[in-house]
Amino acid sequence: MAEQLSFADIDGRRRIGIAGRWTMDRVDGLARVIGPAVAGVPASVEIDAAGVESLDLTGAWLLHSLEGRLAKAGAVVSWRPARPQPLAFVDELLAQGEAEEAPRESRSTLVTRPLHRIGRLTVGFRRSALDSLSLLGGVVTVMGRACLSPHRFRLASIVRHVYDTGVTAIPIVALIAFLIAVIVAYIGAQQLRLYGGEIYVADLVTVSVLRELGVLLTAIIVAGRSGSAFAAEIGVMQLNDEVDALRAIGLDPVEVLVVPRVLGLVLALPLLTVVANAMGLAGGALLTWSLVDMPFAQYWDRVNESIAPTTFWAGMIKAPVFAFIIALVATLRGLQVRDSSRELGRLTTVAVVQSIFLVILIDALFAVVYMEIDF
Amino acid sequence: MEPVISVRGVHNRFGRQVVHEGLDLDVYPGEVFGIVGGSGSGKSVLLRTMLGLQSPRAGSVRIEGREVVGASPRELLDVKRRYGVTFQHGALFTSLTVVQNVELPINEFHDLEPATCRQLAELRIRMVGLPPEAADKYPAQLSGGMVKRAALARALALDPVLLFLDEPTSGLDPISAAAFDRLVLYLQKSLALTVVMITHDLDTIFRTCNRVGVIVDRRMVSGTLDEITRHEHPWIREYFHGERRRAAAGAG
Repeated sequence: MAEQLSFADIDGRRRIGIAGRWTMDRVDGLARVIGPAVAGVPASVEIDAAGVESLDLTGAWLLHSLEGRLAKAGAVVSWRPARPQPLAFVDELLAQGEAEEAPRESRSTLVTRPLHRIGRLTVGFRRSALDSLSLLGGVVTVMGRACLSPHRFRLASIVRHVYDTGVTAIPIVALIAFLIAVIVAYIGAQQLRLYGGEIYVADLVTVSVLRELGVLLTAIIVAGRSGSAFAAEIGVMQLNDEVDALRAIGLDPVEVLVVPRVLGLVLALPLLTVVANAMGLAGGALLTWSLVDMPFAQYWDRVNESIAPTTFWAGMIKAPVFAFIIALVATLRGLQVRDSSRELGRLTTVAVVQSIFLVILIDALFAVVYMEIDF
Repeated sequence: MEPVISVRGVHNRFGRQVVHEGLDLDVYPGEVFGIVGGSGSGKSVLLRTMLGLQSPRAGSVRIEGREVVGASPRELLDVKRRYGVTFQHGALFTSLTVVQNVELPINEFHDLEPATCRQLAELRIRMVGLPPEAADKYPAQLSGGMVKRAALARALALDPVLLFLDEPTSGLDPISAAAFDRLVLYLQKSLALTVVMITHDLDTIFRTCNRVGVIVDRRMVSGTLDEITRHEHPWIREYFHGERRRAAAGAG
């Protein structure tokens, strides 16, 4: 870019020649040629701008900053033939806000930054806990009121959510339950063969699918599928002020948005669990037949023998609890979205991660309780 | 004089609904051109067609002599760097601060030091009359008028020669709207811009526009403000001579 800015020192006087296009599309090069022209400047400078072909705002700002840096280095600047007109516009712009430039007040250091972060996390955690409690309270109140006047249950909305979260999830839930049962049966058969107890593969598959795997897998899939959908849907409504619009119309967002989703999922998840259980048992049957050469009739005998009256219900009871947790966490995160698309992404992620975590945590609690009461 | 924008015989339709049928339009350098039309007359579709965001069924759009319709993405990019756009609701990126919004196009197309980039962005923020402390705020923290100004700052980030404004004063109170109109005129003169604006605001049209184009019957009727106000088409008469015009004239 030497041709756009050239300078030479003659008799203790620097002559800077400016030429060509000083425009935004050349800014990369132009920003770099200014520095050398300022270095070691004598007391008097003449800038010759006669060769300038075009000058836009960026070019004018660059010339302005060249002029400013020369003046700061103690040089007297004169222009030839005249100071370009756009520089006056830059003068005008920079003059406007000059006085009110406030110094930055918050200084972050190595000590204050972690403290700041801890403080913010604590406050955030407290707010989050209060939000969850208040949403839980809201859901319970709305359901209580709805028991008195059943039209508040919004049947159409609940049915839609049962369809979206339940019916459309059947293929993926069925497939995954089938495959997991196959894996369990396969590993079980391998290990039990050591003791000559392949026949107990059926027991293993039945008990683990019915008590744990069926419901847990379904809950995790649903948390990923529907939890993210709930959070994103409500989050976008929040960004579009739709939630405020509901409030302004006199509708309670908890009643219109949260409760139908909670109830829809509480209905859908147990039904999905039944599908998962059935597919899991089918997967076990297929594998025991092909690997252990056990006929289907014998497999079913073993299945029936291994099931205690409580086995099926020990799994099923968990389904509505998981559903409640997933729906509550996801809708809460959706309602917390504020102001930006980034928040929407962050809170959708939080909704999924947190609901999966809570599902597994509660499953562990169930296991402990079942053991204590010998269920 | 060579027109900056030259639209010839543009057809647009969605399903059975014909929006434009042989629409012609010329915008000349240095003018402020206002596009007017009833709701659903296809003002936004025309804007998106001119921006190259949407291909018309037929016709041609030339910006500075370069064809936009059917241009390759690379050719289109060259055209895009010559214009700036503000969208009706600002369309600021909500996860970025105002200054980051303005820096984004600069950073994307240029390799500058962060400090230089920030100074260039701050210059634009100042230029649109935002206070310096607004630079580090997020769009959600700004008022409606400030969002419009911040959007204008982003549109001017790459020093365009052509500026498209979609409903620049909608949603602003009359005083803020007048201030915004003055700002547009001031920048148009200072930066030698050509401005194309879609607007419903009669005050804005009378304050800023040299020429006006009205979309009626799927075509464009354009002319100077005087010619258009004397035009005989019933919709145009109603628009410029209805009660609102008298109210606007009375107020002005």
